[in-house]
Amino acid sequence: MKKRMTGLTPLRKWLVLIFTFAIVQLLIQLNIINDYLQATIATIFINIILAVSLNLITGFTGQFSLGHAGFMSIGAYVCGLTLLRIPTIGGFLAGLLTGAVLAAIVGFLVGLPTLRLRGDYLAIATLGMSEIIRIVFINLEITNGAAGLSGIPRFTNWAFLYIFAVGTILLISNFLKSTHGRACISIREDEIAAEAMGINTTKYKVTAFTIGAFCAGIAGALYASYFYYLNPNTFGFLKSIDVLVIVVLGGMGSLSGSVLAAILLAIISTILQDFSDLRMVIYAFLLIIIMIFRPQGLMGSKEITFKVFRNLGGLLSARKGGK
Amino acid sequence: MAILSVKKLTKSFGGLTAVANLNLELNQGELVGLIGPNGAGKTTVFNLLTGVYEPSSGTIVLETEDRRRELQGQKPYNICKAGLARTFQNIRLFRDLTVLDNVRIAMHQNANYGLLSGLLHLPSYRKEEERLKKESYEFLRITKLDSKANELAKNLSYGEQRHLEIARALATKPVLLLLDEPAAGMNPAETAQLTQLIKWIRKEFHLTILLIEHDMSLVMKICERIYVLDYGMLIAEGTPEEIKSNKRVIKAYLGEDVSNAGD
Ligand SMILES: Nc1ncnc2c1ncn2[C@@H]1O[C@H](COP(=O)(O)OP(=O)(O)O)[C@@H](O)[C@H]1O
Ligand SMILES: [Mg+2]
Repeated sequence: MKKRMTGLTPLRKWLVLIFTFAIVQLLIQLNIINDYLQATIATIFINIILAVSLNLITGFTGQFSLGHAGFMSIGAYVCGLTLLRIPTIGGFLAGLLTGAVLAAIVGFLVGLPTLRLRGDYLAIATLGMSEIIRIVFINLEITNGAAGLSGIPRFTNWAFLYIFAVGTILLISNFLKSTHGRACISIREDEIAAEAMGINTTKYKVTAFTIGAFCAGIAGALYASYFYYLNPNTFGFLKSIDVLVIVVLGGMGSLSGSVLAAILLAIISTILQDFSDLRMVIYAFLLIIIMIFRPQGLMGSKEITFKVFRNLGGLLSARKGGK
Repeated sequence: MAILSVKKLTKSFGGLTAVANLNLELNQGELVGLIGPNGAGKTTVFNLLTGVYEPSSGTIVLETEDRRRELQGQKPYNICKAGLARTFQNIRLFRDLTVLDNVRIAMHQNANYGLLSGLLHLPSYRKEEERLKKESYEFLRITKLDSKANELAKNLSYGEQRHLEIARALATKPVLLLLDEPAAGMNPAETAQLTQLIKWIRKEFHLTILLIEHDMSLVMKICERIYVLDYGMLIAEGTPEEIKSNKRVIKAYLGEDVSNAGD
């Protein structure tokens, strides 16, 4: 009776993706999703990109990084500055790409020496790097210092958010299924055994770090062109922690967990909107509760795949058949 | 022809000299034992050969048909690339990954596609991954683990984990295989099976093997030559017959009956 489980065919997978996009697009057009909701969606999708890429570094490769906000800020400032000079869609895409590449270059240069460090030391080093980047932006003339940049034209829309978030997820999940991705995972599992099996561990730590920084740069660029305004303090220590919380909550080593957690935390934080004084306390309390009862995160290291849709479909038709 | 020549190899940890002035030669295709009481420095020798530790002094030369390489001071992954593979005494599998992935990771150096192809799953990725999977299954079949390919390594039995260590080492396509107590914790039946496996892979892959083992009957049965370490120093070297009757060896083992082993 039971059919052999197979994933969705690539065609169906694309259909699901396109369908999801179209529905939300329609709801925006019909103004059922209002401006406030749209901003929440933007935050969610930017956080998904950040969390998924930090998960590659921390959850899959096992390198504890607290510097993600730093990479994000590079993408944000480069794209913001570009847009203030070239306020066109071409300027937006050029700024986004340049920002991501620059973030990746910084990630590479920072990663090379620091990724030899382990555990807490690496966390402190990446945190330091992120703070240095922030202080540079505060002191540079071109970034308008502590006052930040304002009046950045908005080009980030639902389509771009969706394309870049889905693109990031697909790219990173592809990577993880490749020999290079497996090399990264083996580092997390046992660094000495990985080296003995021919894995250049430094190379693959830096690779994961660089890809992660690139994606964080994209997230920053999307942020810059959605929220009009940039300030160095947006990208402080707390932003890195925010992203880390999503990763840990979703499950270290689960991409779908990161997606789920990004959505969940946005919902929780929206609900708590009305209790603004208590908001951070309740938020922290919820996290502690979750970590006590589910320390491996919502998903552990498991993934929800497109099989879910298939199973759902199967379930529905079975019900109908039963009646 | 000596495939591996170790000269005056020394390793000190602070005041402790774990390996002292060790000379060792392995000929192409030989199966050689490395024995000695607990703490004699055997595992340290493996760690020196595979680059986990850097020698305090001495040289390690690997000489294959096409190349001669000095291995001391090299990174472990380069030593692996040069053709040295090992298993670990205290099993070091990638525990939370599948059996298949454990072997596939060891084939990394053998995978022929770039980062971009891996990110975008280009045709070269698909073709190579198919080949890697097929070859990985070969190594699993040899070690009788093919039916467990999709189980997590940590869920295998102890004996199976030891076999997976061997499969993983083989997947790096070595010329020289270092086995660190592969029979530890196995019952006699499992040990007998392992003995057959070691003999078979040696012939099939034209391997040279250096074997650390506490099970004297296993060592005496399959090794052509044996080196004996005690307190980091080489105290004897010879055929199993010679080692069995060596006074210093018997004294070192004090109580462990070497002379009757293997009968
Ligand atoms: N990393 C290390 N630091 C300090 N001492 C070590 C280290 N590794 C091994 N030793 C010491 O070196 C000696 C030899 O150990 P080992 O090579 O594991 O012995 P064997 O494998 O022959 O039982 C032991 O006394 C051990 O405590
Ligand atoms: Mg040992």
